[in-house]
Formats: sequence, structure tokens, C-alpha cells
Amino acid sequence: MAKKERLKVRQQAAAERTKNFDEVPFGYDDSEAADEASRCLQCKNPTCIEGCPVNINIKEFIRQLSAGDKAGAIKTIKQSNSLPAVCGRVCPQETQCEAKCVLLKTGQPINIGALERYAADWEAANLKTEAPKIKPVTGADGKQIKVAIAGSGPAGLTVAGELAKLGYKAVIFEALHLAGGVLVYGIPEFRLPKAIVKREVEYLKLLGVEIETNVLVGKSYTIDDLFADGFSAVFIGVGAGTPSFMNIPGENYKGVYSSNEFLTRMNLLKAYKFPEYDTPVKLGKKVAVVGAGNVAMDAARVSKRFKGVEEVHIIYRRSDKEMPARREEIEHAKEEGIIMDLLTNPVQVLADENGFVSAIKCVKMTLCEPDASGRCSVKAIAGSEFTIEVDNVIPALGTKANELLTTNVKGLKLNRRGYIEADPETGETSIPGIFAGGDISTGAATVIAAMGAGKKSAAAIDRYLKKNISA
Amino acid sequence: MYKITLKRQLTKDIKLMGILAPHVVRNAKAGNFVIVIPGETGERVPLTIYDWDKESGVVYIIFQEVGVSTVKLGMMNEGDFVYSIAGPLGRHFHIEKYGNVVVVGGGVGVPAIFPIARALRDAGNSVTSITGFRTSELSILEKEMGSVSDAVIIATNDGSSGTKGLVTDVLKALYDKGGKIDLVVAVGPVVMMKAVSELTKQLGIKTIVSLNALMLDGTGMCGGCRVTIGDKVKFSCVDGPDFDGHLVDFNELTSRLSAFKAEEKISLDHCKIHLAGR
Repeated sequence: MAKKERLKVRQQAAAERTKNFDEVPFGYDDSEAADEASRCLQCKNPTCIEGCPVNINIKEFIRQLSAGDKAGAIKTIKQSNSLPAVCGRVCPQETQCEAKCVLLKTGQPINIGALERYAADWEAANLKTEAPKIKPVTGADGKQIKVAIAGSGPAGLTVAGELAKLGYKAVIFEALHLAGGVLVYGIPEFRLPKAIVKREVEYLKLLGVEIETNVLVGKSYTIDDLFADGFSAVFIGVGAGTPSFMNIPGENYKGVYSSNEFLTRMNLLKAYKFPEYDTPVKLGKKVAVVGAGNVAMDAARVSKRFKGVEEVHIIYRRSDKEMPARREEIEHAKEEGIIMDLLTNPVQVLADENGFVSAIKCVKMTLCEPDASGRCSVKAIAGSEFTIEVDNVIPALGTKANELLTTNVKGLKLNRRGYIEADPETGETSIPGIFAGGDISTGAATVIAAMGAGKKSAAAIDRYLKKNISA
Repeated sequence: MYKITLKRQLTKDIKLMGILAPHVVRNAKAGNFVIVIPGETGERVPLTIYDWDKESGVVYIIFQEVGVSTVKLGMMNEGDFVYSIAGPLGRHFHIEKYGNVVVVGGGVGVPAIFPIARALRDAGNSVTSITGFRTSELSILEKEMGSVSDAVIIATNDGSSGTKGLVTDVLKALYDKGGKIDLVVAVGPVVMMKAVSELTKQLGIKTIVSLNALMLDGTGMCGGCRVTIGDKVKFSCVDGPDFDGHLVDFNELTSRLSAFKAEEKISLDHCKIHLAGR
């Protein structure tokens, strides 16, 4: 059986998909899922599970799928992961579970991500979601113990789901008007349909999680307010949030959007449906995205889909193999005709007489020998300046700590870069009863890393409450 | 969804609205703003908080119908619900005893200086208010500004009410009379804030302006509201909205505020066609 090749997921053709915002991969159908699941060797020592940040029992759910037990498979997944439809789509499986699959050495690891997605989508289409019976955990006053969660991104949603399952009242406070954090404002519709995020959020509500949108912890309510209001613990999962810019001249001309601004306009506020939706975005024929991470690929691919855009460039100062994005995203971008301007570094943004971007001036770079850390340094080639005519520039250069909440909490220890110092195993911060996880403590990382942190924090919060609060 | 508890028409285009939003009111202070989304497909619109009532949890805003969002908001009535309101956003105005303070409000900037004037006066400052309008019909909050100021001077471009001229003329006259001015606070159209700042720079008076940059989230996430202050780029949502008027690059702000002029017209036309078809 294992001789069979890894089954590719059918997807929209590149020429077609650049004209719409629909999801790119179609996902497995029933027989494809059964075929792929049957390739699993059911190893005695399933190393794939170690590769999963939330330790899904991958071996078991794949066995169930190959035996046709789809309901059992999704149940197995949900024991460890409350957002499987999301993770099946956006996890970097190639560096996690699939990197540990023993079939990797044959070049044909099991497509675990596609199977996870299949199980989650099958459940949504076929099962009526029912709230499990959960016994509330009460305090000395007989009332259910409440935990406040700042931020409804992957970390916050995970903490809330885990705590709700344990019997606590989890209340999420979200600054934006929709729940989901980066899942709704950052990741585009064609990679993660918003209906799926909504479905996962609805499931949490069914578990008893409350979500208050438009509330900024630190501004609307301080942490002290939350404790005064009867919350027994607080989890901070507000993300990294603040965009980095290039710090080059011309960066404030009209037509330069941070990747956060651009993606928020498009994904959260649906600017691609303007004027049906009121939020505009102004893109010309040519767009340059600076950077080569996943967010840069997202920004480039969203741009390519926008009506009127003809040419999209990725400008990156290193070479192809140093690009930090997932290989799958890079390949998708290339298929869609994104032009890769590698070993190229912007030095200035130029504008027309009205202050709108007209071009980006760049310099050619050269890679030097790898240093002790193994990373190649780059340096500019003297006299190699050239300009690319563009109408928009989108810096996608990573994020920094958003200090809106953290600097408003007295005694909360931050590290040099402004992130919260939290124990990676428990999320405990310098203040008892306050926990943190996800990008606001680690710096920008992945959805699943934030979920892993959320899971550990929920367990630690449970231990903390049992020791200090519960009756 | 947040209930509209009060709606008053102040001029043809300017409306006062009260919205039930205890989460905004609880820690609201002078100088904070909110972000409102009128309906589900709407934009996130930053609006300065005019007033609030801690007991009822109602926040009051005053807005001028200039674009699609304010027009949509203006069509809503008492008992209706706005889709979303987040806040309080921005750093609140730094209140201390400065001495003699002149607060300058232009047009729909007047509601923004009202709570600042009140807080400054409560802190023991002597507050003189200068409010400027194109003409008397557009004049708002005369009585309210009077209630929080030691003196109010109204200026209209055409002289139909108060002094004829610009707020800068009044400010200059006040200075020339020899009264000591320790601080000027100016909120209004960018041209006005720029003119006030240029004047006070010559006169050597510390001046704070409140900037109305375009923004999305209001939490420091998008960077769309970046403004140049001296040699630094700041986000007006989280670093502001108040900045030293002598350091603000007003020309850049003016340019950035026009980024979506064409789209704003398309949007408003689309909205009007839609309404006509109803």
C-alpha cells in the first residue's frame, strides 16, 4: 500500500483562480480521503504526533478515516484541536507532522493536512453540532468561575475552548468588530474562507464561550477592572500586531499600505467588494510587495486577484531559497504569475505630483558566505540602482509587539522587544493570575504555535484556579 | 449592536447622537475617540467623543455628513442600532495645570475641544475658547462651550455671528492685548490647525493639535494613520491623536487625507443611487 504516491489535492487552475477570491484547493472527496488514509503505515511509534504542536492523535484519526469512521476521526481530532478546519488549511504541515512522517524518506509523506481538513469539512456538512454536557466549576460563592481572554485570535480561541470544556466561563474580549483575529483580518478568503472561521467561533459559543467584540482590554476595561468584575484569571493573546515599515524615503506617499492595512481592508472589510462594501482600496496596474514571508505571499496573491491589477512583484533582498514563506505559498504565487524580484532591496519610494506612488527605486544585492549561524548576509552592489514603475508598495516585513495593552498593565514584565515574558510551558507572566501566549509573547509565529501556547496556558490556568480559587 | 438613545440635528449637516455603549464610557476621558461602523457593510469611522454619561453608559458624538458613512449614520434614528462602536481609543488629553489656556475649535472640531476645555477648567486652568465657523448658520455648541470656558469668542468668516475673520485673527488679537497664554489647543480642519500652529510658533506658545488621520482599526495594527512628527513617524491612533502642533507635517497629512477622494465620491454616489431605488 505504501508504494502508492501521495495524493495531490485538486485545486483551481491558476488562470481561473486569479479572477476570484474562492478557496484554491478543493479538498479531498470521500474516495480520495480513503485512499490517502490507507497509505498510512500505522507506525508502532507514530512520530507524526510529536511533530504536532497540539499533539493530535494523528495515527488514530487516519486509521478511523481509512476504516470509514469519519465521525470517529473528527472526534479524535477535536480532543486535541478545537479548530481543525482552520489548521487543516493553514498549518505548515511540511515542517511539523508531515516532517516526522516515516514516509518522508520516500518523498511521499501522508497528506495529513488535507485529511484533517477533510474530516472537519465532513463534520460540518454531515453532523449536527451539539453542545457537550459540561459541569460548571464554581467558586466559594457558588458561581461559575470566570476567565477573561484578551484577543480572539488562534491563541484566545483555543484557551476559551479548552477552559469551557473544563467547566469555566470563558469570556473573550476582541478589539475588532468580528472574532477571529488574524484568521479574519490577515489570512485571505482563498486560503481560509471566513465562513469556516465563523463556524469554528459558533462552535465555541455552543460550548458556552462568550465573545464581546469592540472591547479593547487595557482601554475599554483595564486588567484591574476585569479582576474587579469577578474574573479570576486573565489570558492575554492580543497578537504582535504592529506593522514594520522599511524606513526609507517616500514611505508615506499615498498608495503605500502596510501588509496589515492592505489585508485588513481586503479581508476584514471586504474592500474587494467596494462599493457594495464601503471600505475602499486603491490599487493601480502594478503592485510591489516587499518581503517574502507568508504575509507577503498573501498580499501579492490578493493584489493579483483585484480587478485592474496587471502586474504584481515580490521584492526580496535575499534569494529564492531564503524566502521564509511556506514553499506551497511560494509555488502558488509563482503559478499565479507573481514576479519575483530577488536579491533586490528598495531604497526609495517615488511619487507623482499628486503624492501618489509612481515607482520604487531599488538596489541589487549580493549574498555573501554564510556566517556562523548559517544564514547568508547580504550587501548592496554599488551603482546597481534601478527603478520599477509601480502604483502601490506594500511592505510585508513582519510585525512588532503592539504595546496598547501591555504598557497599560503595571508590573507586567516585558522583554527587550516589548513582548510579554511568559513561561513557554504555562503562559505564566510576572503577575499571578495573568497568563499570555501566542505572538504577544513569542513574536510573530504561526496559527498552530499560538494554539499550542493556548492549550498549555489553559491547562496552567486550570491548575492555578484549582489551587487558588475553586471551592 | 448598539442602541441610538438620542439624535439631535445641530445644523443642516451636523448631528448629535447618543449611543448606548457602557464599554466605551467606563474609562472614557477627554480627547479619546471611538470607531463606529454604521451598518454591517460599513467602514470603520473614527469620531471624537463629545461627551459621555457614566451612569447611563451613553456616549455622545457629533458628526458632519460628508461621506458615505456619516450620511448613513445620519439617516439612523433614535431606537435604531449601529452595527459597531469600539473605544475609548487614543491617548486621552494630558490634563494638568498649565495656567491660561486658549482652546480653538473649527467647525466640527468644536465638539472635540468641548471635553478638553471642561477637563482643563476642572484642573484649575483659565480657559478661553475660540470657535470658528464659515457662517452663523453653521455655528454649534455656543452655550455648551460657554459652560466650560471663562470666555468664549466666536468667529465667522462672513461676520454673520461674533467677530468677522478667522480663528487665527482672534487668537492674534488676544495675544496682542497682552494676556499671557500658556497653552493653545486647536482642533478642526487641517488648514486651521496648520495656521494656528504657524502663528503660535512665531509667538512662542506651546500648541497641541488633535489629528484626524484616516485609519482602520484604531489600535496600532494597520499603520494607515501614520503622521510625521518632527523627524519621527507616529501612528495617530495610539501615539496620538494629540501632537505638538509645531512638529506636525501638515502638508503630508493633507495629502494622505485625500488618498481615497475618488473612491469616496464613488461610494457616496453608489449609496445615493441605492437610496433612490428604495
